[in-house]
Amino acid sequence: MAQHKVNYTQNGGLPIALTSVDKIVNWGRSNSIWALTYGLACCGIEMMASGASRYDFDRFGTIFRASPRQADVMIVAGTLTKKHAEFIKRLYDQMAEPKWVISMGSCANTGGMFNTYATVQGVDRIIPVDLYLPGCAPRPETLQYGVMLLQKKIRANQASRAQQAKRLM
Amino acid sequence: MRAYKPKDNVQAKPYYTDRFYVSPQVPKFSVEDDEVFAHDLEAIKAKFDVLDAYIQVGQMVVFINPEDNFKVLELMRDELEYTQLSEMSAIDWLAKRGGFEIFYQMLSMNKRKRVRIKMFIKKGEALNSVEKLFRSADWSEREMFDMFGIEANNHPFMKRILMPYDWQGHPLLKTYPLQGDEFAAWYEVDKIFGKEARDIIGPELRDPAKVDRYDSERFARLGYEVPKGTTITGNEPKNEQNYQEEGGVFMIKKFDKKDSVVIDDPQR
Repeated sequence: MAQHKVNYTQNGGLPIALTSVDKIVNWGRSNSIWALTYGLACCGIEMMASGASRYDFDRFGTIFRASPRQADVMIVAGTLTKKHAEFIKRLYDQMAEPKWVISMGSCANTGGMFNTYATVQGVDRIIPVDLYLPGCAPRPETLQYGVMLLQKKIRANQASRAQQAKRLM
Repeated sequence: MRAYKPKDNVQAKPYYTDRFYVSPQVPKFSVEDDEVFAHDLEAIKAKFDVLDAYIQVGQMVVFINPEDNFKVLELMRDELEYTQLSEMSAIDWLAKRGGFEIFYQMLSMNKRKRVRIKMFIKKGEALNSVEKLFRSADWSEREMFDMFGIEANNHPFMKRILMPYDWQGHPLLKTYPLQGDEFAAWYEVDKIFGKEARDIIGPELRDPAKVDRYDSERFARLGYEVPKGTTITGNEPKNEQNYQEEGGVFMIKKFDKKDSVVIDDPQR
């Protein structure tokens, strides 16, 4: 016997909610965006702050995972060096579909202030990016807003269709 | 006290007015001025050739022949109490003198003194590794090889330390361009996708100030984004970015500011 109070006058007298498959799948996907722990530079500190108690990413279902196999979104937080470029590609390939990429900060967007021989001039040269966050470094609010925009983007998908895998080329 | 110069309009004037200005040298003093250094120099001179020696900013600088470097550093460490090699690297003098100046920065905790051992090698020459004397020279010599291409004989692991192993070129040479050569510009594309992908991915955008109003891909249209490849007319509507759709989201309650409570007293 259920201990909680059920309002039998709502939803035609039944404690259920009717919806479409698209909506329920997208609801699940957009509210459990597990992020890959991928702090490459100082943006990583802001990303950690977003995960900690003051900004509390867990409210959005964004939990940091240390394995690409368990992650849905890769937050590229920091400067991507040319030496590291092959590893970001490998980690991206190891993530299961569907997957998203947030490019966090100027360095990840365009190379930023590191206009040098050793820095990749934007991660979108290596992997497809869904969301670019401006800032050096972006504040946790920016990252939170970015994740909420990503949730909106996920909700706009038709989940029941077979999704085409994103590839740069 | 520094001489007063009028500073109105200082920003409008060029910083360097004399193209051939040579900055004044830091004054050099004779080694005889310092007892400890004089004694050390005598000990080195007794066994090895010393090309030049002086005191600059309280530190003795000794120029030696490159083939003596291991023996000199051994003498410094075992007999003269300079037990730490705090830094070593090279200076690129290829254009002026056709070689590199190598320096070893030594520290004695007992004497509270620092000595810099310097030597000059020609381009293409190798030097003797001092890794057996100082463990710190292990990574320093690898970095020197990485950045200048100077090899150290008898080093246990003479490979690049910062740049990838398959990198071409030595970045700290004066002739190396800051934004990289052809190899550096295409390194990640060549390695991950192959050379045939160069046309698809395109060259790097190296101009940070570039703003192109017809660019539909990059960050020139913040707030007025258009789909990739759209023809830009200039009358694009502003994109209002809300984090939630108008009609609300399934099973998620929209935050209403009126329902929230602002706490006036933070010390509650």
